[in-house]
Amino acid sequence: MGVNATLLGQMITFILFVLFTMKFVWPPLTAAMAERAERIADGLAAAEKGQQAGEEAKVQVEAALNEARTEAAALIAQAQKRHNDVVDEAKGVAAEEGSRILEAARAQIEQETTLARETLRKQVAVLAVAGAEKILVREIDAAGHEQMLNELAGQL
Amino acid sequence: MIIAASSTAEYVNHHLTFLTSGEGVNALNLDTLFFSTLLGLLFIGVFGLAARRATSGVPGPLQNFVEVIVEFVDTSVKEGFQGPREFVAPLALTIFVWTFLWNLMDLVPVDLLPLAGQQMGLPYLRVVPSADMSATFALSISVFILILIYSVKGKGWGGFAKEMLYHPFGSFPLLIPANLLLNFVELLAKPLSLALRLFGNLYAGELIFILIALLPWWAQWVPGLGWAIYHILVITLQAFIFMTLTVVYLSLAYEKH
Repeated sequence: MGVNATLLGQMITFILFVLFTMKFVWPPLTAAMAERAERIADGLAAAEKGQQAGEEAKVQVEAALNEARTEAAALIAQAQKRHNDVVDEAKGVAAEEGSRILEAARAQIEQETTLARETLRKQVAVLAVAGAEKILVREIDAAGHEQMLNELAGQL
Repeated sequence: MIIAASSTAEYVNHHLTFLTSGEGVNALNLDTLFFSTLLGLLFIGVFGLAARRATSGVPGPLQNFVEVIVEFVDTSVKEGFQGPREFVAPLALTIFVWTFLWNLMDLVPVDLLPLAGQQMGLPYLRVVPSADMSATFALSISVFILILIYSVKGKGWGGFAKEMLYHPFGSFPLLIPANLLLNFVELLAKPLSLALRLFGNLYAGELIFILIALLPWWAQWVPGLGWAIYHILVITLQAFIFMTLTVVYLSLAYEKH
């Protein structure tokens, strides 16, 4: 018990340990810790910033999407209108064409009817003359009555 | 009571005798010097390694462990000491860890190392440096010297002298002796209380462990376990108290009033 020269030895050891700690232990450790704290703070700030940017991008995307939607709707409406126009136009053209064909057909029919009537008239005249010839084969002078027959054929 | 001893008193006495070299005041407690230096080397070895490998990136397990202690000490010093901390913080760390390791030796079974020492021809071996007054006073006297240095550094020679002479009763000439006496007592009480508190706690702890070791083997584990668990608190607390009071004393010394 009691204090002896050990005390001096212990004091020297103590001072050496403190100096070592002060030079080689404390500064690197606290520096590393401070740097890490800073890096964590930076990281958190960056994350915050990133989140904000993300939020902004989201808003932008939403706006772009809305714009695209509006544009698409406009395009569809325009296409619908154009479609209607084309159909209407085609309808008009078709009706016109139809009536034109009808007209042509009518004209042709008319023409053919006339032609047929003409032919018929001529044949009736021939038949009439033939009939008359048979009935009046003696008395009737073909040449003398030709004028009268022609007049008759013209009246048919 | 594994170590052969003819009586209880002899056993206890044997456990409380230092391995010395030299006589009287000039004697050196070789066991205290050896174990405290060994523990100190363990401290600076582990912490130095962690410091050398310190990274601001993801810390490994060793660095994590060391950083927890450094952070703890740093916070304590920050709260207690307002001046520059380049010296005070490492000082506090050294005191805390070193004293803790000293105290930790108290949890080593009391007969283990003395018995091993006997096998190697060492007649006595005390393994708890903080149960040696020479060791605790070495710490507290170093702190006392630092208190004087920081008093002069913080207040200047004049300020320190003025405080010693005029504080706390006032500057009336007749009161100066009373001031001086009180201040001396106050100043000397600091290293005394620091050293004796640590020594007393650990000496008592060691003694209780020795007494428990005197019980029959089947009865040792209940009190031994209880005392050891309680001692985990005591050794940490005593290391912390020594560190905190050192910081507080230095802070009081450094402050201008």
